[in-house]
Amino acid sequence: MKLVVAFGCGILFALGLGISGMTQPAKVIGFLDFFGNWDPALAFVMASAIGVYLPVWRVLRRRTPALGGKMAGAPPSPLDTRLFAGAALFGIGWGMAGVCPGPAVTILGRPTIFAFVFLAAMLAGMALSWLVKPRTIKS
Amino acid sequence: MQWQEIWPPLLGGAMIGLAAAGLLALIGKVAGVSGILEGVLRLEKHELGWKAAFIIGLLAGGVVLALAMPGALPESAPRALPWVIAAGVLVGFGARLGGGCTSGHGVCGIGRMSKRGLVGTIVFMATAAVTVLVMREAGAA
Repeated sequence: MKLVVAFGCGILFALGLGISGMTQPAKVIGFLDFFGNWDPALAFVMASAIGVYLPVWRVLRRRTPALGGKMAGAPPSPLDTRLFAGAALFGIGWGMAGVCPGPAVTILGRPTIFAFVFLAAMLAGMALSWLVKPRTIKS
Repeated sequence: MQWQEIWPPLLGGAMIGLAAAGLLALIGKVAGVSGILEGVLRLEKHELGWKAAFIIGLLAGGVVLALAMPGALPESAPRALPWVIAAGVLVGFGARLGGGCTSGHGVCGIGRMSKRGLVGTIVFMATAAVTVLVMREAGAA
């Protein structure tokens, strides 16, 4: 049952990415072009997602998940070098191709060389991160 | 801006928020895609099942999009392939070094009122905007 829930949430998440425009790299790059012909539409994606997520989290954070198990703990808090360096590098890559990790998987629904090459490079980049940090920082 | 340009991001964003909220409410997990993907890549023992199921769902959703609204998925690369490769490596490396991406820091971090998520989001938005500016000025299309 938990697997079905995770699968269903993955589908809903992907459809949300597609409807919002997050799976169109050209649109993402237009959104990030603050100093040029800025297309602000995608700002509504994160605002809307947080608008739904935050109240649910506020209500549920001290409860047990409906299907059992443990509720995720508080998010990690350190503002360390890894956070700044990692986020900075992630942003550079995001600006270069207009694709972040969720869309990187979803765009494979239309199998293009671009989609495969980006995903392969991204997985390689994840593996490379293991060289500079021993364990996953949960997020 | 026209309403026709605003409602798809609002609706899509709400669906993303609902999917992340569902994952939290039902099985107590956080929908940070880069962390989930890394867990699958590591073949983590205890967490592999739901993480793999979520990623397969992301892919299945992509197939649905390809059939129902193919314009939502890119037909070709926005930049030359060497840029795509460099971008992919930076996205994967940076997201895992910094412990989150657009969903982990952005939606689920800020959505759980995490200062770390907010700072991470501001930093990657800033470097992404500078990158887009530099690439446009340099004419690297």
